[in-house]
Amino acid sequence: MSTRIRTIPPGSGVVSRLACTMVQPILSRVVRRIAAQHPSLFARLGPHQGTDFLIDPVDLPFALHLRPDPQALLFRAVPRDAAPQAGAVIRGRFLLLLELVDSEEDGDAAFFSRDLEVSGDTEAVVRLRNALDDVEGSIAEETAAMFGPPGRAILGHLRRTYSRDPIRT
Amino acid sequence: MSHAELVCPAGTPAALRTAVDAGADAVYCGFQNATNARNFPGLNFTPDELAVAVLYAHGKGTKVLLALNTYPPAGKFDLWRQAADLGARLGVDAFIVADMGVADYIARAHPQARLHLSVQAAASTPEAIRYYCAHFGVKRVVLPRILTIPEIRQIRKEIPCEIETFIFGNHGLMVEGRCSLTNYLTGQSTNMDGVCSPASDVEYVRDADGAMSSRLAGFTIDRFGPDEMAGYPTICKGRYTAPHRPEEYYAFEEPVSLNLSRLLPELIGAGVHAFKIEGRQRSKSYVRGVVAAFRQAVDDIRAGHAANIADLLALTEGQKQTQGAFETKKWR
Repeated sequence: MSTRIRTIPPGSGVVSRLACTMVQPILSRVVRRIAAQHPSLFARLGPHQGTDFLIDPVDLPFALHLRPDPQALLFRAVPRDAAPQAGAVIRGRFLLLLELVDSEEDGDAAFFSRDLEVSGDTEAVVRLRNALDDVEGSIAEETAAMFGPPGRAILGHLRRTYSRDPIRT
Repeated sequence: MSHAELVCPAGTPAALRTAVDAGADAVYCGFQNATNARNFPGLNFTPDELAVAVLYAHGKGTKVLLALNTYPPAGKFDLWRQAADLGARLGVDAFIVADMGVADYIARAHPQARLHLSVQAAASTPEAIRYYCAHFGVKRVVLPRILTIPEIRQIRKEIPCEIETFIFGNHGLMVEGRCSLTNYLTGQSTNMDGVCSPASDVEYVRDADGAMSSRLAGFTIDRFGPDEMAGYPTICKGRYTAPHRPEEYYAFEEPVSLNLSRLLPELIGAGVHAFKIEGRQRSKSYVRGVVAAFRQAVDDIRAGHAANIADLLALTEGQKQTQGAFETKKWR
């Protein structure tokens, strides 16, 4: 048995910056939509609405910076070498993080297996986890639906890939 | 054969609906304050959320049990009194209590209410259990996880109330309701504040070699090698050195989960009325998977078939499971 997050990729340079530029319009749209659809999510965050979270999908060329402040919502892609000082860091493979957001996987189990790493303010991470876990329905599917049939097709492909992933099983 | 009611955890309204839909006979939950032993950040129910949850559960024939299973500190009893009054007004089906004062208040103020004695009361003898039954009208006791099945069978013969046992989840063997390990490091009480290893005091540090240290209030309580499964950051499951044990070792307990899926027929035969799944702090994914698996198993047994329980190892702490004292007191 081996732990899954051996090294953290650089996520810097031209490729990373280009990828950030490309995904940013999508991220902005996604986070506004989620906030509008699930306002109760913010209450469970309590004092951590102003916390800077760095969500780090280790298999993507960039990280994600989230500040879940309902008055000034921030969700942006950042190169790892330009990531802000975060209050809390959540690290794992992208598809695992997606499944955790949708409660298709259990966060504690992913932590036990070392597929998920957290550092920084643990209370902030616990609050974010519990807030997302209380969301009914699938945030991933809602997001995919925003982009019509192509969005749903991409999500379906990602999930099939994840379910066949030998590391997961 | 006993009824074998399945009692399932819910840390959020969404988890409660998940448990109900997965086949729970009863769901237990708590308010967002120190009145329950899972007072974790972002977890639990507001009064409005509980009102809606009770309607949802009752609409599907599922009971809602309200955990008021912490011990009020001197001068702060009002919080527990208000929670009990609120629960009664919202129509919860039972209160899970540990403190005698809380039990006494509910028995007097809401005599129609049903009382369950929490594992936090650590009542493990017929004498103790009969006391709670006689003085507060307790209808069910949740037994500590330190008894063998023959001992449970014998206790059942000597008490006038139902028995509930844990069958899956966290395997805590400290004397529940009396464990003060967290207090020593954090100043917060598991039993009065409802938080064991409060998240605000927990820190995980990744070392250069891929190992991970878990710290509580600045004290390292375990270090997991790059190839090791991890456990919860609780003192009782940490590894330590001692003068007589220079190599680090589990001084109290090991990170492992209880799984009694293979013992369900024997537990039913011993007269256990209800099976409890631990994990209000866990996700909907956990609730969905574990509740559905045990629903199927209990239904199979009640129909006279062998239970075919799903593999739940991936959801266990440290990916290890045990039948603990239920199988033998020599389990460690």
